[in-house]
Amino acid sequence: MQAKEIYDVLKTEFGDRIISFNDSAAGDPFIEIQSDKILEISLFLRDNESLLFDFLNSITAMDLVDKLAAVYHIYSVSLNHRIVIKLFVPKDNPKVPTVERCWRTADWHEREAWDLMGIEFVGHHNLIRILCPYDWEGHPLRKDYQAPEFYHGIKVN
Amino acid sequence: MENFINGFINNEFITALIISIIPLIFVLLYALIAILGELKISAFMQERLGPMRTGPWGIFQPIAEVVKLLQKEDITPDAVNKPLYNFAPFLMFAASYACFAVIPFSSHFIPASLNLGLFYLLAASSLGVISIVMGGWASNNKYSVLGAMRSASQIVSYELPASICLLTIAALTSTFTFGGLGVSKELMTAVGGTHNGFLAGLDIQHINVAQSGGFWNWFIFGGPGNITKIWVIPFTMGLALIYFIASLAETNRTPFDISEGESEIVAGYFIEYSGMKFAMFYFAEYANMYIVAAIMTILFLGGWTSPFGDYMNGPIWGAFWFVSKAFAVVFMQIWVRWTLPRLRVDQLMNIGWKVLLPLSIVCFLVITLWGVLH
Amino acid sequence: MGEKKKVDVEYSPFESDKFRVNIGPQHPSTHGVLRLEAELDGEIITEVIPHIGNLHRCMEKHCEFKTYPQIIPFVDRLDYCSAINNELPYVMGVEKLLGIEVSDKVEYIRVILSELNRIGNHQIAVAAFGLDTGAFTPFLYLFRDREFIVKILEHCSGARLLYNYFWIGGLARDIYPTFKEDCLDAIKRIRITNAEIMDLLINNKIFIVRTINTGILPGDVAINFGCTGPVLRGSGVPFDLRKAQPYSIYERFDFNVCVGTGELGTIGDSWNRNIVRMNEMEESCKIIEQAIAQMPMEGDVREKVPKRVKPPKGEIYSCAENPKGELGFYIVSDGTDKPSRIKVRSTGFSNLSVLPDISKGYMIADLMVTLGSLDIVLGDVDR
Repeated sequence: MQAKEIYDVLKTEFGDRIISFNDSAAGDPFIEIQSDKILEISLFLRDNESLLFDFLNSITAMDLVDKLAAVYHIYSVSLNHRIVIKLFVPKDNPKVPTVERCWRTADWHEREAWDLMGIEFVGHHNLIRILCPYDWEGHPLRKDYQAPEFYHGIKVN
Repeated sequence: MENFINGFINNEFITALIISIIPLIFVLLYALIAILGELKISAFMQERLGPMRTGPWGIFQPIAEVVKLLQKEDITPDAVNKPLYNFAPFLMFAASYACFAVIPFSSHFIPASLNLGLFYLLAASSLGVISIVMGGWASNNKYSVLGAMRSASQIVSYELPASICLLTIAALTSTFTFGGLGVSKELMTAVGGTHNGFLAGLDIQHINVAQSGGFWNWFIFGGPGNITKIWVIPFTMGLALIYFIASLAETNRTPFDISEGESEIVAGYFIEYSGMKFAMFYFAEYANMYIVAAIMTILFLGGWTSPFGDYMNGPIWGAFWFVSKAFAVVFMQIWVRWTLPRLRVDQLMNIGWKVLLPLSIVCFLVITLWGVLH
Repeated sequence: MGEKKKVDVEYSPFESDKFRVNIGPQHPSTHGVLRLEAELDGEIITEVIPHIGNLHRCMEKHCEFKTYPQIIPFVDRLDYCSAINNELPYVMGVEKLLGIEVSDKVEYIRVILSELNRIGNHQIAVAAFGLDTGAFTPFLYLFRDREFIVKILEHCSGARLLYNYFWIGGLARDIYPTFKEDCLDAIKRIRITNAEIMDLLINNKIFIVRTINTGILPGDVAINFGCTGPVLRGSGVPFDLRKAQPYSIYERFDFNVCVGTGELGTIGDSWNRNIVRMNEMEESCKIIEQAIAQMPMEGDVREKVPKRVKPPKGEIYSCAENPKGELGFYIVSDGTDKPSRIKVRSTGFSNLSVLPDISKGYMIADLMVTLGSLDIVLGDVDR
């Protein structure tokens, strides 16, 4: 199924929760949705007979300077089609519902997004840092991140 | 041999000292050879060169390793139980050295010719497990405790099939000694054996003398006897195989090296040891390899007797035959180690209790029945 | 009197103390600096918590400060056992953003080298897996014969481990004249070794009892956890990106997708994951043979690429079937010569996340076998 058709299916099901379909730029098209509806949409994508998106490739957190974005690359092993779901959250209160219930892959990917970009996934059972040390401060992949001078008395850089 | 040395020195104490030092020198020399052998044989099997830099063809490599271990700092971690931690390696080495007291070199040199030699061997070789548990527990390390527990359970369970193998041979020897089969009483008396009933089979001298007269008389081929023994040969060969497998387990060699399983519990019970204490464990491991090989030689391969009957037989040739047979078994152990993967702890117990033990009992029953029928 | 008071205390005659043990980061068989915190009940594992990140090198942050061609060496260092395979999805993604088509010759060379490196990676995986079970000799045999592959790659690129050979719009330099003959020689050698390894290791009775029925991963769970590559195929799911969504020129070759069939043990156990790798080596040999027969020797290996690579604004998710699974690069371009964001969907990260679920209730020795059969590289997991 093409991205546009998937967008149509989602649009009829969720209405204005699905904000837009974007295929203007080079590369892959993506569907933008409202950030608080990601879990319902994920469950629909996974369980709908014609979609069957059973496989989450990755969750990417992005810093767009004025806001943060979470990008979900989803794939269907049985039907062999892909879709990209994108949502935006404000930088001062980046909260997104977790999709851990839908795809277990999301467990570690959400922890990584929290660790490196600071997006808080509400409902995640164990949202702790994964790549950085557990007591690290700040979220290193943000564009305005300043590395600390010292970590436990050891000079950084 | 004792009388021979005593005739020169005329002092019983010094004689005893010399007699006891000869095995020690042998152990040290043997350990060096075995370490080099292990390095070179494994290299050969893996299409490598092995050590080449120390001396021609790398033959001084084990000496270099011993010197290196002597120089190393002897670390005693803070949290260990110091007396036990320090005592364990010495006990380990002492236990394996004690076994050498009854291991013969030829018909005329057995350091201590006990009439219960096999019993003594069983007892002394079991002492090693105490030092393993001691060292593992005293190290105060989770890995070493795991290794010690594994090792203890493993050695205790594999001692049973091994003991049954020993018992079978002891029974067989008693039969031959008193059944008038192949070996005469005069020959027994000539080598100074005592024969008091069943216990005669526990004397290493008797076991070896019973197998004299060519490789066809070895216990691996059913012992001395006429052509009717042919149907017992599968059982004696099976028994030899059972003993070989059990001895691999008793010496913690692959595929039974779970107590020091490198990929699981790093080094097992001696993970905290360094320097000379580590070398003690290391030496004791190689010494144990020789001990089980020597037992295998005594029990199944005719001990010091020549494989060709009277040809190349005698006290000096006896030492040659005994040591070379034992080395052949050591080579087998090294060969197996570099070929097979490692078993898991429960599979190891299964093999010990559910396979080897019943099979060894069957072999015991069949072979002793055969002995009784004669 | 009153009714009988119900006692609901559960009496357990044997209750042993559980203890926690740290396996790694310095441990012979954690395949790098992985730390596993294991709770043990005697020898039985009751819980495993992987702590990753000891090899985190901030690769994604670094990429934001480098130009597109400068990123290729970073990509090599992700899964250093299969560096060529890492480069392929990255350069394909950037080429797609730029709208560059590479010539047939380049595509064939890319496929041949990728498949050679796939074999090399699987050889390391099987070797290390054997080492986890205690078999040391097959390890050296496999490393001895991996040398033939490394020599070809060294001859092409000049490096033995981290090649930096696939560039945007082509290759770093042309192949050498005896390339085809060397590849065929290497394949011959690989087949001999594989037959030997099957006898020595894979069909060894001890190896079989050690690996079957350990770390069983059912197919639907594997998909739900995002496992890919031999881990997923070992669970019986015939999913291979080379077949499902053919990239490069993979649709031109005839090869099978190997799955774990459960001929020994259960589908999805460690032995089946491993046999998939052994069979895939043979499939890769088949692909290389076909590619060598079809490959043109003439032609340039570099397309016209602007000196400053500036892809238009846009984003792309470019993925390829790495030896270890699906490796994806999510490249976001803002129109400058440096990417705005590069996210690596690494295979090991998802494949390792399944370990706590499939190692519970087994023994500590099985944990090592399961971990070895997942075939992770910490450079890939931690990035």
